[in-house]
Amino acid sequence: MITVRGLTKYYGSLPAIRDVSFDVAAGEVLGFLGPNAAGKTTTMRILTGYLPPTAGQAVVAGYDVVEQSLEARRHIGYLPESVALYPEMSVRSYLEFMAALRGVGPARRRKQRVDEVMDRCQVAHMADRPIGKLSRGYRQRVGLAQALVHDPEVLILDEPTVGLDPAQIIEVRDLIRELGRDHTIILSTHILSEVEHVCQRVMIIHQGRIVAEDTRDRLRARLKGGELLYLEAAGASQEEIAAGLRSLPHVQDVRPLGDNAYQVTCSLGSDIRASLAQFVVQKGWQLLELRRERISLEEIFLQLTSDEPRPDRAPAGR
Amino acid sequence: MRNTFLIARRELEAYFISPIAYVVTAAMLVVLGYFFSVILFVTRQASLRPLFGGSALIVLLFVLPLLTMRLVAEEQRSGTIELLVTSPVRDWEIILGKYLAGLAFYLLMLVPTVYYPIVLEVFGRPDWGPILTTYLGIILLGGSLLAVGTLASSLTSNQIVAAVLGVGMALLLWLIPSLAGFVSGPLAAVLQYLGLSSHIADFAKGVIDTRHVVYHLSVIAAGLFLATRILETRRWR
Repeated sequence: MITVRGLTKYYGSLPAIRDVSFDVAAGEVLGFLGPNAAGKTTTMRILTGYLPPTAGQAVVAGYDVVEQSLEARRHIGYLPESVALYPEMSVRSYLEFMAALRGVGPARRRKQRVDEVMDRCQVAHMADRPIGKLSRGYRQRVGLAQALVHDPEVLILDEPTVGLDPAQIIEVRDLIRELGRDHTIILSTHILSEVEHVCQRVMIIHQGRIVAEDTRDRLRARLKGGELLYLEAAGASQEEIAAGLRSLPHVQDVRPLGDNAYQVTCSLGSDIRASLAQFVVQKGWQLLELRRERISLEEIFLQLTSDEPRPDRAPAGR
Repeated sequence: MRNTFLIARRELEAYFISPIAYVVTAAMLVVLGYFFSVILFVTRQASLRPLFGGSALIVLLFVLPLLTMRLVAEEQRSGTIELLVTSPVRDWEIILGKYLAGLAFYLLMLVPTVYYPIVLEVFGRPDWGPILTTYLGIILLGGSLLAVGTLASSLTSNQIVAAVLGVGMALLLWLIPSLAGFVSGPLAAVLQYLGLSSHIADFAKGVIDTRHVVYHLSVIAAGLFLATRILETRRWR
């Protein structure tokens, strides 16, 4: 459904993306994962025809996004990163305008379609409110509704949950998962768990390049080199505590983080929290905190971009 | 063309919500009304020629760019342009639609001025031929100014900058003939022809000269063509 080959975009002399190639099959949900300024938005803007690529080719629904831009645009629903809507229009009139612009007709069919997407995105009770008076969450839903209104085969959603509260995030994720049944979707995010919830396949993009592309589960397996624990303990000198922890079984590495905090790397599949706690207490030290560290996006990039873990890497997960 | 109409209708609806459009209309009507009544008291002629054939029209140079300043600039500022240009719509359809909305609103602004010839009809015997050509002239003049304003609006994402640019370009076009006095020969004639102000007086005399009509249509076409190209370059940057 989407074919991208060698896509490159320079802003002046600054490369935003370099030689990006990937495919998305019909009905697939692909997650674009990357930190800010990684090139996610640039890639999406090229696919939607908002920006031209400097080099390379992108084909969406069988149409080249540069050569047959108008046809390609007809088959794409797009939710931009900071969804900007006309504040003076009501939700209904805005959606009817967008539907008409994308060729949904005649008028009766258009009205029916607008009612459908308002129901689906749960904005029907706000239909006659001016968009400028809506909360951030509702505006995001209206943005999603306009992306759906012409029933496109391909949906391109740029950070669809950014700026939403936790309850709204769950709603939007559920909606995207549901849409994934009959749409091809590309969505971008910098939140790891979001990808885990909705995408079948993940593409990690960093500094304009694809650093990893795989199914969600295989990528997760690849990433887990070891379990990380975060520990805070007091009652002895830093060296003494670190040395004591190193002597425990399964512990591969102990790194003092300062302020009585330590990062403990254990062998894969082991959970030594119980024995660790017991050990600290037996020694007569005070256990202040002990928790599993969640692997952070930064950690993933370091793992993927460097072959062996660097000793000086930043503390993971906060 | 259907897309042009859709965009024009949306823009026109936006005008009715915007306070600027009403202020602009009021400003124009106050200035024109003032000149109309003063001229009428002084000349006691049942004619619109002194009003619409001369310098009172300068008010249009200042108010019409205020009408067009929002058209493209605001979309670029707020980012709504992104969803507009990623819809299956051609760039010229966007520009033309926005321009037509401005033109339609301008025509509505002119409706209250029909009061002037009616006053003349009540108290005198105006010649309706020149009055109709006068209206053709000020519609064409407004059309040119709105095209220039649309161009100015496409150049920036700041409405104030768009307004200042629009007024500046309009004044420049209006004042070109005043340079003709400093040169001689064919260049003087060229400068004379290029000025907006050379193409309005004849309409008030009751003359429809195709040269003037062609001039205004050329300004409109050039303004909208350049605005479309600028919209394209913003996108292809």
